[in-house]
Amino acid sequence: MGYTKRYDGRKFDEPREMKAKIGIIPRALGSAFFQFGDTKAIAAVYGPKTMHPKHKENPEKGVLRCTYDMMSFSVTERKRPGPSRRSQEISKVSEWALAPVVDISDFPNTVVDVHIMITQADASTRCAGLNAASMALAQAGITMKEMVTAVSIGKVDDKLVVDVDKEEEDHEEGEGATDIAMAFTKSGDITLLQLDGKIQPEELKEAIKLGKKACDEIYKKQKEALIKGE
Amino acid sequence: MEAKEIKTEGLEEEKQEGKIREIAVPGEKIVSGDDFLPGDWTRREGKDIIASRYGIVEKQGRLVRIIPVSGVYVPRRGNIVIGQVIDIVFNGWILDINAPYNAFLSAMEAPRFINKNELSEYFGFRDLVVAKVENTRGRGIDLSLKSKNLGKLEDGMAIFINSNKVPRVIGKEGSMINLIKEYTGCDIIVGQNGIIWIHGKNLEEEMVAKEAIMFITEKATIFGLTEAVKEFLEKRQKTEEKA
Repeated sequence: MGYTKRYDGRKFDEPREMKAKIGIIPRALGSAFFQFGDTKAIAAVYGPKTMHPKHKENPEKGVLRCTYDMMSFSVTERKRPGPSRRSQEISKVSEWALAPVVDISDFPNTVVDVHIMITQADASTRCAGLNAASMALAQAGITMKEMVTAVSIGKVDDKLVVDVDKEEEDHEEGEGATDIAMAFTKSGDITLLQLDGKIQPEELKEAIKLGKKACDEIYKKQKEALIKGE
Repeated sequence: MEAKEIKTEGLEEEKQEGKIREIAVPGEKIVSGDDFLPGDWTRREGKDIIASRYGIVEKQGRLVRIIPVSGVYVPRRGNIVIGQVIDIVFNGWILDINAPYNAFLSAMEAPRFINKNELSEYFGFRDLVVAKVENTRGRGIDLSLKSKNLGKLEDGMAIFINSNKVPRVIGKEGSMINLIKEYTGCDIIVGQNGIIWIHGKNLEEEMVAKEAIMFITEKATIFGLTEAVKEFLEKRQKTEEKA
């Protein structure tokens, strides 16, 4: 039988309804909001500013530093506030996903701080966070080669789906669920690829193609929000 | 760029008025063809000119450049800035000027000789100082006081705006800031770093000046801003009289 119809009635290559907005945090240099259905992320960018702690300074170029976290009320079971193993990992991969496009080489010994906060979680939080962070960086006037857009592709039972939600992520029948978070630059370079589950190499190639297509659509939303302004 | 164009006003008000402004998104193509030259914050990729930063597109003849609308203040030589003393060292003061680096003001810059024990009497912690950017090369920013009207700011209040909006607050040849000074009777110093010091006879006057400046920063992209500000100030003046 397999997975023939998605839980929320979407088409297999259809992401959830998206919303994007910039300039939501007045005190930040750049800030943005990004939403995938019930997954909501906000991002704030500060800097370039002097680096603390001092030993993390790089005299050759500025440093990009990401912090990802979930609000304690963002999930059904209260999340204990503060950094966790999971949030540290996502902070680091977000940093790596954004680093190839930002250029802060004009400001040695400084740091650009990116804070990603998930206010409501329904799977694909790192993707929503990255989309928001990319917009916030642009608004903060950081020199960027291009934008970064992220999406999660899932393999639910035997079907590839775009933008996984929590219900699909927890699907157990048949082959179960595989969740692949990926981020692309506008020109198609992959800056993030994380896989949780099982998948065949051919299917992964298929999934990446699907992801790129979905990202082109998501990118339009990001661009729209930036052009619209505050 | 297929993006929809929105109406905004340039930094040099009069010159750009009536033009339709285009917003550049990093990585987006602005124009195509060998006839154009990439200017500030743009780059050439094959035939296309690509934006490297978020801002307003400006085309001057063949030159295409981007005018940033947001971002941190980057000090330039000769800028007048307002900074806050955050540290006193043996030969001068360290000032926070809202830039990527802290600025240094040497004790030698003071108009009279200052004994190193008296440094904090001249400029104490948290004092606001107007100074000129002397040098931005090497490590850090050096400030100078060797120009008129520079030095410590006393009384009054300081507000903070985005440094990219400073040209709008000042207006063409100071038209906007003079308008506010005229209407409110306040003494105003605008630092290129976005810190604005306002000093009036009373708090009400200062608040009107502050609101007028905030009004400019919010409406920085509309047409005929000077007129709008004039209207705003007149309206405020009437409500003041009633009260």
